[in-house]
Amino acid sequence: MQEYRQEIAALTMRWVRRLSREKFSMLFTLIQPMLFWLIFFGNLFQRAADVQVVQAPNYISFLTAGVVVMTVLNNGLAGGVDLLFDKENGFLERLMSTPIHRTSVILSRFLFVTTVTSLQVLVILGVAFLFGVQPATGFLGVAVILLIGMMFGVGLTAISMAMAFSVKSHGDFFSVLGFLSLPMIFLSSALVPLSAMPKLMAMLAVLNPMTWAIDAIRPLILTGWTEALRPLAIVVLIMLVFDALCLYGSAKAFRRAIG
Amino acid sequence: MEQSVAIDVSKLGKVYDGVTAIQDLSFQIRTGEIFALLGPNGAGKSTTLRILITLLRPTSGQATVLGHDVVRDADRVRRLIGYVPQERAIDRFLTGREHLLLLGDLYHLSKEESLRRIAELLRLVDLEDKADQPAKTYSGGMKRKLDIACGLLPNPKILFLDEPTLGLDVQSRLRIWDYVRQLRARGITVVMTTNYLDEADQLCDRLAIIDEGRIKALGSPAELKTGLGGDIVSVTVGTAAMAKVEPLAASLKGLPSIRSVSTKATGLDIRVESPEKALPAILEAANRLACPVEFIEYHRPRLDDVFVAHTGHAIREEFPESEGGA
Ligand SMILES: Nc1ncnc2c1ncn2[C@@H]1O[C@H](COP(=O)(O)OP(=O)(O)O)[C@@H](O)[C@H]1O
Ligand SMILES: [Mg+2]
Repeated sequence: MQEYRQEIAALTMRWVRRLSREKFSMLFTLIQPMLFWLIFFGNLFQRAADVQVVQAPNYISFLTAGVVVMTVLNNGLAGGVDLLFDKENGFLERLMSTPIHRTSVILSRFLFVTTVTSLQVLVILGVAFLFGVQPATGFLGVAVILLIGMMFGVGLTAISMAMAFSVKSHGDFFSVLGFLSLPMIFLSSALVPLSAMPKLMAMLAVLNPMTWAIDAIRPLILTGWTEALRPLAIVVLIMLVFDALCLYGSAKAFRRAIG
Repeated sequence: MEQSVAIDVSKLGKVYDGVTAIQDLSFQIRTGEIFALLGPNGAGKSTTLRILITLLRPTSGQATVLGHDVVRDADRVRRLIGYVPQERAIDRFLTGREHLLLLGDLYHLSKEESLRRIAELLRLVDLEDKADQPAKTYSGGMKRKLDIACGLLPNPKILFLDEPTLGLDVQSRLRIWDYVRQLRARGITVVMTTNYLDEADQLCDRLAIIDEGRIKALGSPAELKTGLGGDIVSVTVGTAAMAKVEPLAASLKGLPSIRSVSTKATGLDIRVESPEKALPAILEAANRLACPVEFIEYHRPRLDDVFVAHTGHAIREEFPESEGGA
């Protein structure tokens, strides 16, 4: 147990070090588009968006939930990238040749991605706050938002890592990534509520776990606990199933790749 | 020198979805020796090494490292060995020291022990000056040295090196040979792979020639060479006369003074009992077939002759075979 903690702490520190060196810029490129969405589109579509349709005082407060979940989505789907590089340059092999628990590397990655994502979500909520978006459910609501983000993020990170272990080349990885992420966003309630979508689109959006995460977070920001409880219960169930499926699949991919 | 067995490999095989990488490998590595798997690219060297360090499961057969099975007792094995991968397994964004600190934690060393070993290793591989620079500023040779320091950090009983000098300049190669000999002097068993004949010849106590996934010969360089018996007569003909080489080879095969004949890009390599008896016969046959001999010489068997004799081809396509002999 003591050994397990030592390994995971050291591996997680490595990700932090890399982030602070390699990705100083990348940290910004990750947050920036989200803030851009929030500030730019939030204000731009202020007029276009019908307050009746979005059921919110203004578009930016409607959009906040979507931007939070989009952040979780992007970070989660990119969560395996570093492992992909580790696999390709042999570093992963070096790590796995040491007497560490076979799950330590993966666990360190979950820890790291979850932490970074949560910090980014807090930044987004902070910026939204500056634009007058006050979460209706207060600090407890923010904690619940982080929790939903984590549940969704774990499954996504698992998919991403499974892909990193399975793909033959990193070109494949990035094309699948690109192929997944945009439709996930547009076929969800991130930008438009389900009720305002064309029928076919709404049907597809219902199948997207992202929609459920957004629809649970949105009332936490806009209205309050009474409206939030039902979608919260649903999203917890959906996320449990989603995570179980993703973790099962990634465990298989991992075992195939590493034995 | 009677030595105990460090690694015992028995009927080992590995098939990667349909592709047979190695089959039916059996050999033993003795404690304290420098042992090499010598073979061309794709021979199965890395596959064998990866099985021994528990990163790959064999499809058939078994292997033990210091008495522990590499599949069943994988964790035990990992605690006893160090590994230097074929690729430069370096994180460009970490400094040399950070690499070693990370590994110190992965081998569960205490902070003090880790720092003590790191200081010693940085001195050994002469990286003290650059230890706090990110690895992306390192030259190829320095990365290799860091790799080796990483492999040594756990204070292993056995160190595995996969093609440790591949692509290095002569200076760095000699440095690395030097470290490897120092390790042996400290009692560490060294298992390495190489496709350099001179490296196997000069550095290793014993070697296994591996080709197309099978062991073709095993022994010390000296044993393997004397095992061939006799000498090698090397005949070079003009490029215009290459067509006559096959008939010449055919007419030589079966002569009493000649053991075997193999064709190469520039002529023939002929293994003979004694050159004094064979040379006249060879020249006479060449004359009879009007095959112009440009150059003829004979020498004691070298490791490249051993390789050709056991595999039927040279270790690399291009000629002449890298003599290297630094
Ligand atoms: N992961 C893999 N999947 C499929 N085939 C592989 C894999 N790794 C190696 N091989 C094949 O196995 C054979 C032996 O490879 P390897 O052990 O890397 O040889 P060497 O290290 O001697 O160059 C080669 O034919 C190679 O193409
Ligand atoms: Mg290899």
